[in-house]
Amino acid sequence: MSPDQDIDSAADRREFMEGVAVGGIGVAFAAALPITATADEPVPPARGPGQPVPVKLNVNGTDHDLKLEPRVTLLDALREGLHLTGSKKGCDHGQCGACTVLVDGRRVNSCLTLAVATVGRKVQTVEGLADGDVLHPLQLAFIKHDAFQCGYCTPGQLCSAAGLLKEGRAKSDDEIREEMSGNICRCGAYPNILVAVREVRQGALKEKP
Amino acid sequence: MPEPRSPLGQPLDRADGVAKVTGRAKYAAEFAPPDLAHAVVVTSTITRGRVTACDTAAAEKSPGVLAVITPRTVPAMKAVPADLLPKGRPPIELRPPLADEKVSHFGQAVAVVVADTFERATAAAARVRVTYQADEPALTLEEAEPTAFEAETFVGREDLKHRRGDVARALAGAAVKLEAVYRTPVEHHNPIEPAATIAEWDGDSLTLHDSSRWVHATRRVAAGVFGLSPEKVRVICPFIGGAFGSKGFTWQQNLLAAAAARHVKRPVKLVLTRQQMFTLAGRRPETKQAVALAATKDGGLTAVRHATMSETSPLADFVEPCGTLSKHLYSCPNVEVTHRVVRLNRSSPVFMRGPGETPGSFALESALDELAVAAGIDPLVLRLKNHADRDEEKDRPWSSKHLKECYRRGDERFGWAKRDPKPRSMRDGNLLVGWGMATAAYPGIRMEARAKVRVTADGRAVAASAAHEIGNGAYTVLAQIAAAALGLPVDRVRFELGDSDLPFAPATGASQTTAAVGSAVTAAAVEAMAKLVKLATTDKASPLFGIAVDQLAAREGKLVSRADGAKADAFSDILRRAKLKGVEADATAAPGEEKEKFSFLSTGAQFVEVKIDPDLPRVRVTRVVGVYDPGAVLNPKTARSQMLGGILMGLGAALLEETVYDGRGLVVNPDLADYRLPVHADTSDIDVSFVNEPDRHFNPVGARGLGELGISGIGAAVANAVFHATGKRIRDLPITPEKLL
Repeated sequence: MSPDQDIDSAADRREFMEGVAVGGIGVAFAAALPITATADEPVPPARGPGQPVPVKLNVNGTDHDLKLEPRVTLLDALREGLHLTGSKKGCDHGQCGACTVLVDGRRVNSCLTLAVATVGRKVQTVEGLADGDVLHPLQLAFIKHDAFQCGYCTPGQLCSAAGLLKEGRAKSDDEIREEMSGNICRCGAYPNILVAVREVRQGALKEKP
Repeated sequence: MPEPRSPLGQPLDRADGVAKVTGRAKYAAEFAPPDLAHAVVVTSTITRGRVTACDTAAAEKSPGVLAVITPRTVPAMKAVPADLLPKGRPPIELRPPLADEKVSHFGQAVAVVVADTFERATAAAARVRVTYQADEPALTLEEAEPTAFEAETFVGREDLKHRRGDVARALAGAAVKLEAVYRTPVEHHNPIEPAATIAEWDGDSLTLHDSSRWVHATRRVAAGVFGLSPEKVRVICPFIGGAFGSKGFTWQQNLLAAAAARHVKRPVKLVLTRQQMFTLAGRRPETKQAVALAATKDGGLTAVRHATMSETSPLADFVEPCGTLSKHLYSCPNVEVTHRVVRLNRSSPVFMRGPGETPGSFALESALDELAVAAGIDPLVLRLKNHADRDEEKDRPWSSKHLKECYRRGDERFGWAKRDPKPRSMRDGNLLVGWGMATAAYPGIRMEARAKVRVTADGRAVAASAAHEIGNGAYTVLAQIAAAALGLPVDRVRFELGDSDLPFAPATGASQTTAAVGSAVTAAAVEAMAKLVKLATTDKASPLFGIAVDQLAAREGKLVSRADGAKADAFSDILRRAKLKGVEADATAAPGEEKEKFSFLSTGAQFVEVKIDPDLPRVRVTRVVGVYDPGAVLNPKTARSQMLGGILMGLGAALLEETVYDGRGLVVNPDLADYRLPVHADTSDIDVSFVNEPDRHFNPVGARGLGELGISGIGAAVANAVFHATGKRIRDLPITPEKLL
C-alpha cells in the first residue's frame, strides 16, 4: 500500500452491518464496491482489521506518518508503506530472521511485530546502520570477508549482529554461532559471517580502554 | 614496465557488496510501480481430484478486493512453449496455471485473489470456499512402481541409458561384490527470497520484475502463453535472493501475476508464501537407487550397475539423473546405468543443486565405501586405483583433470593417514569419531551466450549480458573477465545483467555462468579492442600510427607498443581524437568442436570428520576438507564462498533435510522451522582449496564452474564417516538420530 492511501471500504459481514447501523445503507453500498470506486461521502470511522488507523513510526531517526490497518506487520509497513525494502521477508513466520530489525536497540523479527506496537519506539533497519556514506564496521567486515552470496538474508544478519554486539554478547565463536542461529543463510555464508562478526567484536574490544 | 596484475584470479570484494549490505540491492518484489495491487494464491487442500465448486462471493465482498480469479475467469493463456529445452519429454509444466479444474497435487493453485493491499488479499483468500471431488492419489514409489516409465535423457543433454560390457557376468564371477539400495528424500531449495513477480501491462506490452534465473526464457514463456511477440515482454531481475535450481522460467507465480494484472488492469505483485514454496516452486524428487559393484580382490572395479527410480508429478516429466556420474567417474569395463520414473500426486519436481550428482553421488560413493570395507582396502586407495584416466563412457580424453592431486592434497590437509580403519576405533573422550571421504564431480557445461562491451571516452567500460546475480558473484567475476580482456583496471568496468533487453544469456544453472557468459564477454571485448586498435593505428596523430596489430598490447586503459613501452595511447585519447563517445561490440560465444574431442568434468575430494555421542547419537560434523579442480579460479574469494555453500547444503541433505508427506499426500513440514536446514550453530571448521589449473580446451578463461561441485559427494562422505564412527551403514538420508539408535 502507499503511505498516503486513504481508506474507504469495509465489507466483511460484521463491518457491513456496522456500516448500515452508523452510516446508512448508501454508504455501506458504496463501501462494498471495489476500492477504486471511492465513496463520495466520508466513511465513518470504523474499527476492525480492515480499517486503517494513523500510525507514527520512527525509523532510522525519522518520523513517518502512515495510515495502516492494525494487522499490518512492522515488516510490511517498512517494505510496502515506506519502501524501505532492506528488511526482507523470507518466511513471514519468524523462522528465518531475514526481517530482523532493531527496536529500541533490541533485535526483533519485524514480521512478528505489529507496526502499531512500535509507535513511540525507535526502529533501526539495515538502511540506518551506515552513518551517511560511512559504512558500519559490520557492513565493512561483511564485504571484506564475503559474508554473503545472494544477499537476501544479509540485512537480517547485520541487524542481528549489531544487536548482539551492543548487548555485549558474542564473546566466543560458539556464542556467535548460537546467537546468530536465528538468521538462516541458505547460501551457506556462516563461516564468513563468523569471521566478520568476530573481527568487529575484537575491534570494538580494542577501542574500549 | 612490469605487467600489471591481471584482474583474473584476484580475491576481489563483490562489486555488489555495498548494495547488498546497505539494503539497496533491489529484488523482484521490491519495485514499486504506482497503483500496485497485491495477489495471493489460493491452493488446493486435496491431493488428487477436481474442483467442483469455487464460491468466491465472500472473498469478492471482502474489503479492498479487486478480483477473484478462477479457471472460469482467468484471462486466456496458451500452453508454455514446448521447445524451451532440447528434445525429449518436457521436464517442466507446460500447462499454464488455472488452465482447468483438475487437481494433481496438494497445494496447487486453484484461485488468485487480488486486492489493494497484501493484508486484504490475504484475508480475502481465506474466504474463498472451494469444494472438491477427491480421487485416490498415488503417494509412494512402491505403489506407483508398476506404472514406471524409462527416461532416455536428462534435458536432452545427458544419456540416461548406458550399457558397456556385461555387468551380469562380471557380478556373477566377482571376488568382491556389493549390492545395496540407497534412498534420498524429497528436498526443497528454500532460497530465503520467496519466488516473486511484479507484473505490469502497458497496452499489449508486459513488464515482469521476476525472480527468474533465466530472464530470456521467462520472456519467451510469457510471450508464448499470452500470445505476444517476445519484444513485447521485458523481464527484469537485477538480484535473485538465492534459487539453487528453483526460480527457473516457468514457475506459476510469474504467469499468475501477469494474468492477474491483465484482469484487474493494474500492476500486480505476487509473492509466494513460504508454505507455497513447498508446492509451487519445485523440489528435488525422492530417489531409490539400486547399486551393484564388483571388484577384483585388490579392488579393481569390474562392474558398476546403477538403477535409479525417481518420481515426478502428473504435470511434468522431470527425472533425477542419479546415474550420470556412475557412467564415467571410475575406470570399469562393465557398466549399466538406467533411470525409471513414476508419477506421484506431488507438486512438480525440478533441478536442485547438483541434480543427479547430489543424490547419485550419495549412492555411488557410499557403495564404494562399502566395497572398500568388504575388500579390506582404504577407501582413498580404492578410488586412486580405479581413477578414470579417460572418459570411458564416450571413449575420449578429459580436457583437464586433476582429481589425483585433489586426493593427494585432501589426504594431507585432513590427515587421513592417521585414520584407524576399524569402525568405532577412534574417540574424542566419550564421543565416537568417524572419518569419511568421497569423490566430488560435476560436468563442465557451457551453452551459447551473447554479450556486448562498450569502451567509453572517459576511459571506462560497460559490459552486459542477460545473465543473473544469484549469489554466484556474476557482477564481480564477469566484470573481472571484461577488465582482463580490455586491459582496464577492474574498478573502471561495470557489468550489467538481469534484463531480457540485454544480449542472450543461458539460464544461471548447470554452474555455467562464468564459463558461458564469460566467453561471450571475452569475445565482445576482443572485438571492441579491435575497433580501438584500428582507430589508433590509422590516426596520424597517434603515437601508435602504422604499428601492426600484433605489436600492441592493452594495459591500464592504454594501447601500448610491445616494442617500445613509451609509445602508448590512452583509450580516452583515441576516442576523443576520433570524436567518438565510445566504441561498442557484441559477440556470441558457443562451444565448438572441442565438445566432440574432449569430455569436461570438474572433480574434487571431500573429507569429513563427525563426532557422535554414543548415548544420544546426534551427528556433529566437526571438520570438512574439500579440495577441488573446477579449472581456473577467477576470484578465489567468491569461489570459496560458493564451495562453502555447496558443502553446507550437502551437510543439510546428509543430516537434516527432508520434506515429509502424510498419508493423504499433504506436506507436513512446509516451513523453515519444521523443514530443518543448516543454521549457523550447525557449522564448524570447513577448509576449502583449489588445484586451480585452467582448462584451456573448455573456454578462453579456462574456468569450468563451481556452483554445484561442492555439494557433490558430501552426503556419502558424511555417511561413510558415520559408518566409521558407529559401524552402522545408513543408506537412507537424512541420517537422523533415530536411525543410529
